[in-house]
Amino acid sequence: MSIAAENAAATPAKPLARINWVALAPWLYTIGLFVLWELLVIALEMPPTILPAPSRVFQAILQYWSPIWKNSLQTLYTTTLGFAIAVVAGLGIGLFIGWSKTIYAGLYPLMIGFNAIPKVALVPILVIWFGIGTIPAVLTAFLISFFPIVVNVATGLATIEPETEDVLRALGARKMDIMLKVGIPRSMPYFFGSLKIAITLAFVGSVVSETVASNYGLGNMMSSAQSQFNVPLVFAGLLMLAVEGIAMYALMAWIEKRMTGWAHRSTMAQ
Amino acid sequence: MAHLVSPLVSIENVDMRYGGANGTLAVSGLSMKVGKGEFAAVVGPSGCGKSTLMKLVTGLHIPQGGGVIVAGKQVTEPVSIVGMAFQNPTMLPWRTTLDNILLPLEIVERHRHRLRKHKAEYVEKAERLLETVGLKGFGSKFPWQLSGGMQQRANLCRALIHEPELLMLDEPFGALDAFTREELWCVIRDLHAAQGVTIVLVTHDLREATFLADRIFVMSARPGRVLKEHVVPFARPRELDLMYEKGFNDMVHELHGEIAQARVAA
Ligand SMILES: Nc1ncnc2c1ncn2[C@@H]1O[C@H](COP(=O)(O)OP(=O)(O)OP(=O)(O)O)[C@@H](O)[C@H]1O
Ligand SMILES: [Mg+2]
Repeated sequence: MSIAAENAAATPAKPLARINWVALAPWLYTIGLFVLWELLVIALEMPPTILPAPSRVFQAILQYWSPIWKNSLQTLYTTTLGFAIAVVAGLGIGLFIGWSKTIYAGLYPLMIGFNAIPKVALVPILVIWFGIGTIPAVLTAFLISFFPIVVNVATGLATIEPETEDVLRALGARKMDIMLKVGIPRSMPYFFGSLKIAITLAFVGSVVSETVASNYGLGNMMSSAQSQFNVPLVFAGLLMLAVEGIAMYALMAWIEKRMTGWAHRSTMAQ
Repeated sequence: MAHLVSPLVSIENVDMRYGGANGTLAVSGLSMKVGKGEFAAVVGPSGCGKSTLMKLVTGLHIPQGGGVIVAGKQVTEPVSIVGMAFQNPTMLPWRTTLDNILLPLEIVERHRHRLRKHKAEYVEKAERLLETVGLKGFGSKFPWQLSGGMQQRANLCRALIHEPELLMLDEPFGALDAFTREELWCVIRDLHAAQGVTIVLVTHDLREATFLADRIFVMSARPGRVLKEHVVPFARPRELDLMYEKGFNDMVHELHGEIAQARVAA
């Protein structure tokens, strides 16, 4: 979108000498957190088997870089795969549910019930069906992340303004026309907004499944490190997860902004 | 009168109830006729069924009793010879103003198959309409980049793009300031004069009704029916100065009295 580009181009036009504290803040706060953590560990003389200092964690990352890297990629792979399936299925089911008031009314309670089930409880069943490894991790990531997508897409469709619908119906529009011209474009901001929530949930799903039922992935790496009392490595795994989570979240936020700039603009204008 | 022999819109003794047998009876025993090329205005107390009347004529609602006939045909489904505009402009925010105006052409049977091939021709037409309502050059803007009054003008263009024989306007100027409103009155007046389109305007503004319409229907409180029908005697073309004449104000006054009475009677 050209508007977005214009906006981005306009930012650096400010005087360069001024420090942009807002842009720096996330980095400063992160560094601050690590410093605080380091000081706390030193002050309380924590043994690394309980709470390792960040310096110790970074050291562990360097020391175990090869397994960390391999397992991080594995987790990223199961998470994104499960998430991708969730996007496709969530979009499809969301459109289906939002299609008619009857389907919406009939399936919504079922969906709520399904969402109330802790997905962790499904992992043993998935293991019985598919064995341990990549598949249950992918499926858990999928199961846990597709619900917010479905709900958001269905809500976007179900909340079309009746007046807009009337204008189109009076012209002889069929249900399909209304969905294509209004429903689907309208639900896109909801959809892209839900991706941010879904991707973080997908990480939760894949890591939980890897922890209890896999020989690969950060979840598995952390649980075996824990059984060897290698606490710095556990924290290194957590840190990698946080990094992956932030990166994917940022990607989703960026996609959201690219695809539905009009939604931010139009609500701002009101 | 000649036009009553073959009215474009004919509503006969219509009953319309919302929400099943025990629901709200919105209109009851409603009858009115609008001749081809005529400009009709409908006024009445709030909640008396004016918007319902609009939806009955366009076929968005089918009445439980009586009949609605538009262009010689009983209405049983949405009629595509109408254009509609509401108080709320309902522009789609992800489309440019021009694409919003072209939207009806993507729907209406007669145009949707021609649209791709004859795009340039249609775009030109949309731009002519934009010019008529004073929005020349704003086609590429998004609706949220336009003011409320500008959106309402674009909304009128959208209602007109497929050359409807019948234009249904439901309080289209309600949310606008007095000056913009008067300006748009003139736009509508000129469109009506130039294109010979039949217009039904629902409004709360009695001066608006008197200034624009050939005929004014006064409705009763809910369940709505037509209490009285006025023929507006002022010659066309009408100028805004008309509103300062005594005859005009007398008519507005009379309408005001009738609606006040209809409210009390409820
Ligand atoms: N979709 C609906 N479901 C149930 N009742 C409705 C519905 N739409 C309108 N009504 C009822 O029908 C009556 C007439 O409504 P309508 O919208 O036609 O009034 P109106 O004359 O347009 O009012 P206003 O001047 O305030 O716009 C009202 O009492 C309203 O409560
Ligand atoms: Mg109304």
